[in-house]
Amino acid sequence: MPNEVLLRLEAVSKRFPGGVVGLDAMDLEVAPGEFLSLLGPSGCGKTTSLRVTAGFETPTSGRIFLDGRDITALRPFDRPVNTVFQDYALFPHMNVAENVGFGLSLRKVPAAAQRKQVATALDMVGLGEKISARVAELSGGQRQRVALARAIVCKPRILLLDEPLSALDAHLREHMQMELKRLQSSLGMTFVMVTHDQTEALSISNRIVVMNKGRIEQVASPALLYDRPATKFVAGFIGTMNLLEARLVGRDGATLRYMSGDLPLELSADQNEVSADGRAHTIGVRPEDLVATPSAGLATVPAKIESVVFHGRTLRMHAQLISGAPVIIDASRQAAETAFDIGDIVHVRQRPGANSVVLKA
Amino acid sequence: MIEVGAKPPTRAPLAFRAGMLAPGVIVTFLLILFALALVVFLAFRANDGSLLGAGFTLRNFEAVIFDQLNWSVMLRSLVIAGLVTMATVVTAFPVAYYLAFHAGRRRGLILFLVTLPFWTSYLLRVFAWKVVLAYNGVLNSALVGSGLLSEPTLAFLNTPAAVVVTLAHAYAPFAILPIYVALETIPKSLIEAAADLGAKSWTTFRRVILPNAMPGVMAAALVVFVPTVGDYVTPALVGGPSSTMIGSMIQAQFGKANDWPFGAALSVAVMLVILTLVLIVRTSDTRLGRRA
Repeated sequence: MPNEVLLRLEAVSKRFPGGVVGLDAMDLEVAPGEFLSLLGPSGCGKTTSLRVTAGFETPTSGRIFLDGRDITALRPFDRPVNTVFQDYALFPHMNVAENVGFGLSLRKVPAAAQRKQVATALDMVGLGEKISARVAELSGGQRQRVALARAIVCKPRILLLDEPLSALDAHLREHMQMELKRLQSSLGMTFVMVTHDQTEALSISNRIVVMNKGRIEQVASPALLYDRPATKFVAGFIGTMNLLEARLVGRDGATLRYMSGDLPLELSADQNEVSADGRAHTIGVRPEDLVATPSAGLATVPAKIESVVFHGRTLRMHAQLISGAPVIIDASRQAAETAFDIGDIVHVRQRPGANSVVLKA
Repeated sequence: MIEVGAKPPTRAPLAFRAGMLAPGVIVTFLLILFALALVVFLAFRANDGSLLGAGFTLRNFEAVIFDQLNWSVMLRSLVIAGLVTMATVVTAFPVAYYLAFHAGRRRGLILFLVTLPFWTSYLLRVFAWKVVLAYNGVLNSALVGSGLLSEPTLAFLNTPAAVVVTLAHAYAPFAILPIYVALETIPKSLIEAAADLGAKSWTTFRRVILPNAMPGVMAAALVVFVPTVGDYVTPALVGGPSSTMIGSMIQAQFGKANDWPFGAALSVAVMLVILTLVLIVRTSDTRLGRRA
């Protein structure tokens, strides 16, 4: 939980006509100056929470505070937040300078100051020379930058970004991710970005909110989210995770010993508080935390390779354990020198020191 | 190796394309271009009572240009058509706006209602206005009945105002539809973006919605203005003598006066005037650069 709170959503719910639940009692706190991502599949409520914050949607219940002030009832034009829209929403009948200056002109900023601020904002996004271009002449990436400049020039308390990079091609997207990050830290502005791209969220956010079905599954830093996903949903959404049903069989100091069928799994006890109730738990094991060897050894179980996919530095193998459970194993190419083939029987064990976790449903 | 399926795929599609084009070509050439050419041809013929006239002459155009009456009637037609266009567009805009932004599930029904007047004959609708505007008509009865007037007035029927009202009513659907389409295609995110940047509803309307709806408004204005300039049925029925329009004069040449070449010359002159106006509007429209 952040110490200082800039934006607070308090039990915000949104039900759309027809009974569709957009948000289900969402609580969220955003700290000043952070880059927060709302991540989730389509229909999870991430865009709705952004639109509720911007004022385009009125929550069915709950309250929204900005700088400690209740803004729930304020109209969009009265909220000191600005939005970068997914389709950019540039005004087609205005040129770049007029688009960027729109917000300033409504704030009755004198013309000379307006021109200066527009030029500064455009320089900041690297579009200084396009100041008098028509919107139709710009490429997708350039429109994206104009949309950014148009929002930041108003100096919002929070900049809301609705899937800002989803319309760009992969190469440009990666570049713009870094640009966004740079812009955010140089302005010291609070960014709240909606995305469905976990790589994007992981690479530029300070914190990530993973959402599903209108609820928050987990809020954590990218590293924590990757290492210690709280739920099956988060584990499945962030990277690739093997979900293995296992029972607690013993405790060895700081190590919890589980058995998933015949496969022994070790988990660190200080990060997984689990009572030995004998029930099956779901253990998340990353593909890189499973090792496949050609010969049987201690604590291995046989598995049959079903496919081998080249992944650059690693080979990704889909295999089926003898218990029937499907697993994904990442092996470095050197380790895989023995050339695993489809149909081969390999012996799988957990890598020592692996970072496996107990997952909630 | 011979590829069997690689025959050049031109033959059959060519015949098909020609077949598809034929109706349009026939209509364009026979019914529009030929008819137009006939009018232009006639305009240069001397009237001898025969169908196609005799000999080529510029007399007809001289008569058109140097007769003051033609110009004053022409001017009146343009003014009335201009008023009709303004009245139609101004009343159509709110309807189109409601349809585009607030009608919701009722949109289909309202669109249907907008086109409903087309189900009755135009003449019937004009006569309906006669019933409304006449000395002992609906409007006068209502005004006298409610005590606003002590006796019926003649100020409604047989005036240019009656022509404007009747035509504005008749052309309303033609104006509503293009404006509706223009408003409907404005992305909702533009309106949200304007609000997001601090624009209240009226500012959003003035600075974002209206400029982006201008192509539709212009289209509506043209669609109303061009046919109303040449209208002659409406002024004849509800306009009275002070609202004779250029269409009535042309019709008289082809009818009572039996001077087809002069009527044709008058038609050509009207077409040129309208064409000039349309071109002026179009160039100013593109210069304003609405909608990239």
